[in-house]
Formats: sequence, C-alpha cells, structure tokens
Amino acid sequence: MKTYIDTGKKDTRSGFGEGLTELGRTNPNVVALCADLIGSLKMQDFIDENPERFFQTGIAEANMMGMAAGLTIGGKIPFAGTFANFATGRVYDQIRQSIAYSGKNVKICASHSGVTLGEDGATHQILEDIGLMKMLPGMTVINTCDFNQTKAATIAIAEHDGPVYLRFGRPKVANFTAEDQKFEIGKAVHLYEGRDVTIIATGHLVWEAIQAAQKLSEKGISADVINIHTIKPLDEKAIIDSVKKTGCVVTAEEHNFLGGLGESVARTLAEHNPAPQEFVATQDTFGESGTPDQLMEKYGLNAEAIIKATEKVLKRK
Amino acid sequence: MSKIKELEDFATQVRRDILRQVHKVNSGHPGGSLGCTEFFTALYQGGIMEHNPEFNMDGKEEDLFFLSNGHISPVFYSTLARSGYFPVDELNTFRLINSRLQGHPTTHEGLPGIRVASGSLGQGMSVALGAAQAKKLNKDNHLVFALLGDGELQEGQNWEAIMYAAGNKVDNLIATVDLNGQQIDGSTETVLPMGNMKAKFEAFGWDVIELEDGNNMQQVLDGLNEAKSRTGKGKPVCVLMTTVMGNGVDFMMHTHAWHGKAPNDEQLETGLAQNPETLGDY
Repeated sequence: MKTYIDTGKKDTRSGFGEGLTELGRTNPNVVALCADLIGSLKMQDFIDENPERFFQTGIAEANMMGMAAGLTIGGKIPFAGTFANFATGRVYDQIRQSIAYSGKNVKICASHSGVTLGEDGATHQILEDIGLMKMLPGMTVINTCDFNQTKAATIAIAEHDGPVYLRFGRPKVANFTAEDQKFEIGKAVHLYEGRDVTIIATGHLVWEAIQAAQKLSEKGISADVINIHTIKPLDEKAIIDSVKKTGCVVTAEEHNFLGGLGESVARTLAEHNPAPQEFVATQDTFGESGTPDQLMEKYGLNAEAIIKATEKVLKRK
Repeated sequence: MSKIKELEDFATQVRRDILRQVHKVNSGHPGGSLGCTEFFTALYQGGIMEHNPEFNMDGKEEDLFFLSNGHISPVFYSTLARSGYFPVDELNTFRLINSRLQGHPTTHEGLPGIRVASGSLGQGMSVALGAAQAKKLNKDNHLVFALLGDGELQEGQNWEAIMYAAGNKVDNLIATVDLNGQQIDGSTETVLPMGNMKAKFEAFGWDVIELEDGNNMQQVLDGLNEAKSRTGKGKPVCVLMTTVMGNGVDFMMHTHAWHGKAPNDEQLETGLAQNPETLGDY
C-alpha cells in the first residue's frame, strides 16, 4: 500500500499566502483585497512586496466583493480574502450579482472554513459555504486538503478565467501532497486503488481518508480513495469509474451533509450509477467552541468516522 | 441648431423610447428613467464622458459609467443605442424572452455598454470604486462615473463604499445621486428619512456639488463639468442632482406612482404627444 508521508504539519492558509506571494512576483495583474484579516489570511508578504496592488477595505466585506468585481474591469485579477463565513453568507448577493452573474474574474479566498476554526465557535464556523457557492452558475468551487495543494491551487486559479471560490482552513494539518504538484481544476486525484469501497474526500478529510484506508486495509477491506479538491466542476468520470468498480461509496467533508460534496456525488451517481452511499459530514447542525481535534471527533469528521461509515455502507451493497 | 437644443432633442427622443419600451411589455420603470434623461444625455452626448461605442469590457483609456439603480434600464438602453452601442431597433426587444435588454442591465447576454449587472440595489458604487482603482493602477487618467438612486442609499453597502472612497482618496470617481425623493412605497421622507445628504457625504470626506435642477440640460452640463474639474484633488466627488421623477410626462411627475408601472395605450399617446419625435422612432 502506498505511503503518504506527512512532511510536517502546516496550515492551508499559509499555502494560500505563499501562493499569493508567488503570484505577486510572476503575474503583474494579480491584486489582493482583504477585510481586516491580513494576518489570518497570511497576506503580509504579498503586501510588503506589492503595496500598490493591495486594497485594505476595512471590515466591509460587501464593498470588498464589489470592488473586486470592479477591479477586473481594466484587466486585474483580484484575490479577495477573508474568513469563509464572511466571504460567502455575508455577501451572497454581492457575489451573485456583481461577480457570478456579471461573469467577473474574481478569486474569493476563504480561510477558517468549517469547525476546525476552533474556539471562536459557531458564529465563525461556516458549514454551508460549499453549498452556497456551488449553486451559483459559473462558479468554480475548490476545497484544498493541505499546504502544498492550497499553494498550487492558489497559483492555478489565476490562470482560470472566471469566478472561483477557494476554501481553506486555519489549523496546522498534515502536509502530504507533492510540493511540485500540477494542480488541475476539476481533476480528481486518485490516492489509492481499491475494489471494495470508494472513499471520496475533500479538504481536511482527505488525510483522514488516507488514515482510514490504511486501517481498513489491515481489516482486509480494500478502499479506492479519491481526493476531490474541485467540487465544481466535479470530476464525474473519476467518481463513476470508481463506484462502478466498488459498488458503494463514502463521502467525507468538513461541511453540512446538505449542499456539500456528498450531495454532488449522490446526484452524479443517481444519474449515472446508483449505489449505496454514506455521508461523513455534519448533520444539519451548527458547530461550537473547542479545539479542532475535539470538534472533528464530536462531529464525526475523522478517520474513525470514515471507517464506521465504510463498515455500514459495505453491509448495504 | 445650438448644442443645447440638439441635446434636448436627443433627450426628448429618449423619453419617447422609454415610454414605448415599457408600454410594449407593460412592465418596467418609467419614472426614474424619465427623471434621469438629461443626465444620460449629458454623459453620452454632451461631451461629459470620453467613451467608445466600439465596446471593450476593460474600457482602458476611456471614461466609464456604472448604473447602480439598474431598474432605470430604459433610459440607459435608449441612450446607449442612440449613441451607437447597439442597433436602435433592438429597443423593441426590451424585457422580451431571448433579449439582450433584460429587465435590469446585465453583462450576461453581452449587451455592449454594460460592464456589470445591477438591479439588486446598493452594489454599483463598490464596483465603480474597483474600476477607479484599476484605472489608477493602469496609470489611466480617465474618470469613472456612477449613478445611484436616493432611496438606494438606504442600502448599507453604499456607506462602506463612501467611507472607503474618501479614506483612500479615490479622486477619479464622480458619483451622482438622483435625488427625486421617491421610492416604491412612497416618498423617501415617509419611507425612511435620510436627513441632510450633503452633510452626510461631506462628513464622510467627499467633495459635494449640488445640482439644483437635474432636468435642465444646461445645468446638468455645468454641474457635471464642475464635478470633472474637481477630480484629481484628493477627494471623490459627489453630485447631488435633484430631479423630478417622471419628468417630461405631466401625469407621471411628482409622484412615486410611476416608479414601476407602464402607461396604457391612451396614457402612452398622451406622453408621446408631450414629447414629439425628434430623431425618429425605432
């Protein structure tokens, strides 16, 4: 079984910060905006190197999204950063009208998504953002799993012409994808070949899926594991091909089971290859204060939860 | 013919176009459109804006205009069509299925002259701000214009943008507020009194010009030229333009009743008779 090595825990938001800094050096059209969260979004290096290309909007996310839309008129590629909650729900109509419907080339960069934001609690832990964003026509939705992938994704989305929602997080997590990876929007990453069950994970749950697959292997269960970093457009072929082979699927995400990756997978399978599915996700609930690990355990978002879901789905085959 | 008379004739034809567009589909917003006819004429025909009907979304090396109160699309469409952005006959398709002339303006169908969708109120000023900042980055000395409704200023996003523009010395931006004192549910005074608009903008750090009669072509030209002369001096410029909703059609004036209502056949004839054909109907 292939071994994925954690090269040292790092936060995905720092991957965003490094990617943005690199873009600042390589693409003169890239500009950045932030609504009073520079430190949290790791944007300081970009700002130090390109002060004229940075726009501090203050605590005014609606204006930030509108300004980002306006900056595209004149050829700029704006990266607008704030917490996922304030980058989606708070400004949904601004994104809908001024960015998505208007077809503007804005990159919405959302940190601190999900319960792993931790102690700040439910006011800041959005678990609905993937659903909100994937419903917008023309919006690309990406949820990266580690530092290296987030950095690669940040750089890649600058080359994509159109609005993108890039979702990442706060805690330091395993960094296991290749440093020199080529990030292809809409292309699934196959982590393990298996025959008994398909495990499809996104974001922080990808590392948990790897841990789960290794433990399942010890129990004689062979898991096909797919890292879906792009929830929209979804790599439907990778999903269908895998489930045709395994006959059942477990989806895993740090998001409500309503509106998330699991629903996108279920819709794809319902249309092309119906199969039993279990959802590792929050169950239509808000989060709460706690450490990231405590919250992932309490809300059933870890390797153990994936193993339990796998055992359950296997019985439904 | 004097330049003013030419512009007034253009505005009269635009009024006819507004009435005919909304009458045909029995929907749309004639009141605010009629009130802003002189403003649009001045921008696109009166030499206020340097603009290119060979439309390019990026709009480099030209002045840009953003309509935030998108519901007054009939005046925008007529002005753009008659300024060469798209065929005048296309006004026939206003609000019809498969049209580029959607109820509220959009980039989605590729209509030349539109740079952002608007209709959900309160968003245009922020977009104009971003475009103005892009012009500065591009070392493009042209200006960005925006039009907002007065009722629209009840949306909080405007005040985020107003604060940002002054705090960051966005002095290549001229935002005009259409002070017609009306909104859907009644007068702005009865729906939500907004107090002293001039004092509010000045308190936020803007350079404010009061344009007393936004339906007088000469005054509109003078006011907007004065606004242009005040750009580049470290402050965003606001033009508080008092207009009469429904201006030019007597039974539509001084009331909010025609905010979003189309005239019937008889009312159309009355309105058209008050605005005789000048450039030719589409």
